[in-house]
Formats: sequence, C-alpha cells, structure tokens
Amino acid sequence: MSFIPGHPVTAVVQRIEIHKLRDGDNLILGFSIGGGIDQDPSQNPFSEDKTDKGIYVTRVSKGGPAEVAGLRMGDKIMQVNGWDMTMVTHDQARKKLTKKNEDVVRLLVTRKSLENAVRQSMMQH
Amino acid sequence: MHGEGTSRIHFHCVFGAFEGRSAGAGLFHTLLCVQRSAHSAVWKKRSVLSSPSASKIDSLRSKVELLKLPLTLSSKSISERKTRLGGATERSRGGAGAHKPRPPAPDMDNESQYSGYSYKSSHSRSSRKHRDRRDRHRSKSRDSSSRADKSVTIQAPGEPLLDAESTRGDDRDDNWGETTTVVTGTSEHSVSNEDLTRASKELEDSSPLECRRFAGPVLSGVLGLFALLTPLAFLLLPQLLWRDSLEPCGTPCEGLYVSLAFKLLVLLISSWALFLRPPRATLPRFFVFRCLLMALVFLFVASYWLFYGVRVLEPRERDYRGIVGYAVSLVDALLFIQYLALVLLEVRHLRPAFCLKVVRTTDGASRFYSVGHLSIQRAAVWVLDHYYTDFPVYNPALLNLPKSILSKKMSGFKVYSLGEENSTNNSTGQSRAMIAAAARRRDNSHNEYYYEEAEMDRRVRKRKARLVVAVEEAFTHIKRLQDDEAASSPKHPREVMDPREAAQAIFAPMARAMQKYLRTTRQQPYHSMESIIAHLQFCITHNMTPKAFLERYLAPGPTMQYQRENGSRGRQWTLVSEEPVTSALRQGLVFSLRRLDFALVVTVTPLPFLNLGEEFIDPKSHKFVMRLQSETSV
Repeated sequence: MSFIPGHPVTAVVQRIEIHKLRDGDNLILGFSIGGGIDQDPSQNPFSEDKTDKGIYVTRVSKGGPAEVAGLRMGDKIMQVNGWDMTMVTHDQARKKLTKKNEDVVRLLVTRKSLENAVRQSMMQH
Repeated sequence: MHGEGTSRIHFHCVFGAFEGRSAGAGLFHTLLCVQRSAHSAVWKKRSVLSSPSASKIDSLRSKVELLKLPLTLSSKSISERKTRLGGATERSRGGAGAHKPRPPAPDMDNESQYSGYSYKSSHSRSSRKHRDRRDRHRSKSRDSSSRADKSVTIQAPGEPLLDAESTRGDDRDDNWGETTTVVTGTSEHSVSNEDLTRASKELEDSSPLECRRFAGPVLSGVLGLFALLTPLAFLLLPQLLWRDSLEPCGTPCEGLYVSLAFKLLVLLISSWALFLRPPRATLPRFFVFRCLLMALVFLFVASYWLFYGVRVLEPRERDYRGIVGYAVSLVDALLFIQYLALVLLEVRHLRPAFCLKVVRTTDGASRFYSVGHLSIQRAAVWVLDHYYTDFPVYNPALLNLPKSILSKKMSGFKVYSLGEENSTNNSTGQSRAMIAAAARRRDNSHNEYYYEEAEMDRRVRKRKARLVVAVEEAFTHIKRLQDDEAASSPKHPREVMDPREAAQAIFAPMARAMQKYLRTTRQQPYHSMESIIAHLQFCITHNMTPKAFLERYLAPGPTMQYQRENGSRGRQWTLVSEEPVTSALRQGLVFSLRRLDFALVVTVTPLPFLNLGEEFIDPKSHKFVMRLQSETSV
C-alpha cells in the first residue's frame, strides 16, 4: 500500500457490499471513517505509512450492516460506488458514502491481511 | 651498606616521630638546617652506631637519642618523643598489625590489612604511605592542616608556609606519627644519601627565587631607559660639543621639540605599562615575544647610534634641524615598536582561537576555557589564574570510597600452585574459576556503594537541616540597634555590643551543629573556629541573613577563598609538557600542571570554524493550520 508519486497505486482489494439500514429518516451504514487529504495523517493508528492520507475505517458498530457485510476496523477504503477514495477530503468521502438516494454502497477495501494471504498463496506455488 | 640502610631507617623514624604533633616546626627547621649544612657529618655519625640488631626498633630508638646532640633541643620534647616512640614500638612489637584504635577514618584502610603482613615486608601500607609522605617532604613546600595544634612545616626560603590548597585530612595527620615507627627498612623506599643532597640542592636553588622574578623587568627597564634617553642625547650632544657652529633653527624646531616631548611621554608611560610591571608568574623559559621585542629595540637604538656617531659626531654636522628630525624619527620608530609590542603581547591572545579543557586528576573537576594564540607557558599561567577562581577547592578527604566497600574488593583469593608439572589445565581452570568468582563477588560492591552513597546523602542533609535551623535561631537573638532606640529605652537597658562580641555571643548555640556538619562534609580542615567567628562577625556587620552566612559552608568554594594572606611568596606549580614550553598552542597538545598531590591536565582543541549563513524570513510567512483528525460515522 505504499504510495510512490507518479505511479498508480496497486493493492489487493476486497469487494464489500453494504446495504444501508433505514433508521427513521436516516440511512446508516454502521461504521466511522477517518482520514482525508485535509487531515493529519501521522495520527492515523491504522495506516502503515504515516503519510498515507486515505480514508480508513476507524470503528465498526457491532451488528450493523457494515459488520455484516464484512467490513473490519482498519480497512482502507479505495473506492465507493466507483468513486475514488484515495485522494479526497474527509467531507467529500462522507458525502459519497451518505447519498440519500442510494441504498447500497459497494466498497473496494484493502487491508494488510489480504496482501499477506495473496503472497502466501503465491509462495505455495 | 647495612649501615646505610639503618641510617635511612633512622631518617624515616625522625620524620615520623617529629612530624605529626605540636611544637614540631622549630624542631623540623633545625633538623633541616642540620641536613643542609652538615648532613655528611651526621650521617657518618649515624652509620658508626649502626648495629645489626635483630629488632630494628631498638636501633631506631638509639638513633633518636643520638640526634639530640647536634640540635639545640629541649630535653622535655625529646623525652616526650621518646615516650611516644617507646609506646609505639611496644605496640608494634606486640604484632605488626596491632595499632591503637584510631578515630573512625573512612579513608584509613589499613586496620584490618596489617594482620596479613609482617613488619619486614616491603609492601606494607605504611611504607607505601610513608613513601608518599616522603615524596612530599622532598619537595619544597609542605602542607599541613590549618589547625593550630598541627602546624608543622618545612620552611624553605621563598616558599609558602601554609599551603591551603593541598591540605590533607586531619585523619591522616593524626595517625601518621604512630604508623611510621613500624617502618620497614627496605633500601628502595627510604631516603638515601643522594635524595638528601638533592633536597638540599633544591632548597639552595630556591633562595634566589625573589631575584629571578624581577630580573626580567629590570633588564627591560634598563633597555627602555637607554632607548628613551637616546633622543635627548642626540639633541643635547651637539649643543654641548659644538654649540657655536650650529645653525639656528627657528619655529619648525620648536614644533619638533613639542612633538618629541609628547611622544617621549607616551613612550614612557606605555613602556612602563607593558614591560615594567612585575609579572604575576615566573615562567620556566624565556618569554619569547618579550625577548624579541627587546632585541628589536636594542637593534634599532644601536643602529641609530651608529649612524649618529658616523654622520653627526664625526663631521660635526651643523644642520641642527636635521639632527632634531633624526631624533624624532627614532622616537617614531620606537612608537611603532611599542605598537607592535602591544599587539603581540596584549591583543593577540584576546581573540579566542583554542578551547582548553582542564581536568583535575584527583577528583575529575573540569572546566573549559577559550583562549587566543598563546605559547604553552603563557597558556599555563592563564589557566592557573582561572583555576584559583573557578575550581572548587581540592579536598583530599572526599576522594576515597568508604572502607567497607573497598575492603571487599581488595581481599582477593590467593592462588598457590603447588608445583605440579602437568597442572596447566588445572591452573587455567582454577584461574578462570577465580576470576568468575571474583566477578560475581564484585557484583555486590556496587550495590553497597549505592546504599552507602544514599546513606551519606541522607546524613549530610540531616546535618544540614539541623545547621540551618540552629543558625536561623541564633540570628534571631541579635538585632541591630537603631540610633533612635539608644536614646529612648530606659526601661530595658540592653547591653550594647560591637560586632565581635555579638558574633561570639551567638556562636555558642550553633557551634555544635556547625561542627557536626563540617565534619560530615569533611570540610573541617578549612574552617577553624576563629575563622567561623570572623565570618559571622562580617555577616552581622553587613546585615546578612543566615542563608548568606551559610553559603560559605554549604558548598565548597573556589580555591581562592581558602588562600592565606602570604600570597607574596607564590605558589609552586610545575609545568609538564612534551613540547618545548615556548611553542605555540595547537590542536591536540596536552600539558599538565603539577602540584604536590594533584595535577591539572590541559588538552587543547581548536575552536571550530564557523560558517555563518543568512536566511531571510518574511514576517508575513508565519501561518498555521489546525491539525485535524476527525472521525465521522456514516
């Protein structure tokens, strides 16, 4: 997940589909995000590279739609419904996730364990 | 040879018996006179009486009686010495290890060790300590504690009587007399004849010390006077010798006269300031720059005289204005030399170029100083100037680890190999085991050191607290009498005291606490009761608070604070250096200044070259943002 300026970012990602839960007038997803290009990346406890300004999942509420769908704390969100999440501000990320006319969000998330799993399976061959 | 040996023992014993106790000063002085003037005769006398007796102690005693003859001593003092000596010998005869119980002295580590050694062994602690003592005696000045009942000194002419900087603790002085009677008479450790002659020669050499200090200024004074009188001579000689045939010289000459007079005055004052003031230190070698300048001045003046003699005196020159101009040019040249001297002697060493690190060898106190370009000897003088005001005073009683810790370390295993042929493996295994055991055992001593230090700190703090409270309370008993109060107090007629009486009055309640505190911090040789009362009187006179009074005792001050008034005699330091001492300072040079029982090691490093850059910061460019770290739940 290291970022080399000028090169495309490559990562092993997992597709997660979250169905929003209707709670009165709100649609909630059941997790919290942190990060963004306008935030301070050095305080991110989940990132390996402390200059990484991506959007990270900081909390997943128990039993919520996100946990059911397989989202874990510490995941980095790369795309939301096709919109890129690696170079957005915090507010833009929030807006992309909480669009009122969408019931389902399809995320591409990455985490360290995915990469390890792929590497291990490659090594076995 | 044997006679030589026993005569040496005798000299030891004399030192030991006479040195530690009262009334020894005169005794010792006369002893030294004897040694200086007729030591050969005395030695011969002693060698005659040498008997190869089994008990060397008896021979010692007999030698003491003999010594009475050439000296004019009172019989009382000798009998006193004899009884002490007899007492000591009885003790020592009982067993070399048995010494009378001393006052608890933490740096005396020979109480338990003597049992292991016979008095004949050459490595006993007393002989080693005695060797150290004797090394100090051999040099010119002798230290002693400042207490009145123990002032024994070797008074060599030109040397300070009481040398407060290298004072030994009174513990050592106390016990010195007793231990050396058991001295072992091994040849390599006792005073031999050549040592005595060397000592006497040193004493003789030191007598022109006073003269040496002033030889340099006197020489330069003579030369300066000669140089100053030369222009006047140039002017006066034609007037005296061929006055009638001189051309009269009007206003320009008068102008030249005035300028000549003024320049001569300036020269006079500045050469006095630069060259003629007696220096505060005698340097071991010539002061190169000064010699150079004097040589230059001499050269100038001589060449001017030469030209004068050839061009003016011989043909009886008639142009007086030219002669005056010639004299003025000489004075100008002398002024330029004066300027050069100013730069070389005073200014060049002000701009810092080197950093000197000065470390005292005994307790590691260190300082860093910046100096300019100096020669080694001048740098040594500079360092010593600052040593007296910056370094805390050297207290030898504070150096040693407590005995309880050292004794564990010192008593090691003794491995005796019993002469087996193929025992190499065993011995290495054994030595390895011994080393391992020793290493394991040594692990405990740092623990003890730590606790001992903590205990010591606690004790010092406790005593300090008591002292502070006692002093504060004592100061409340005293009040300064205001002028108006004196008139209007008929009801309570208080006794009016002057500062000295007031000091004595309030000293009594704090005396015990003060003495205990000084004893705990091992400062008691530096402060006698008289000095404490004098200081108290001083503080009372100047309205000082108890804290101000105590600052002198709570922290060890610089050495200057403890100096006696006889600074005119000078302090003897020895400059030890591998390079010739007139060479200039440069990187990596190391020299040391040795005193009797400690030394200062000076290391020279150049100051780094500084590359100073410039950066302009627009005041409008100071902008800040918040560090955001928000978390939004979706």
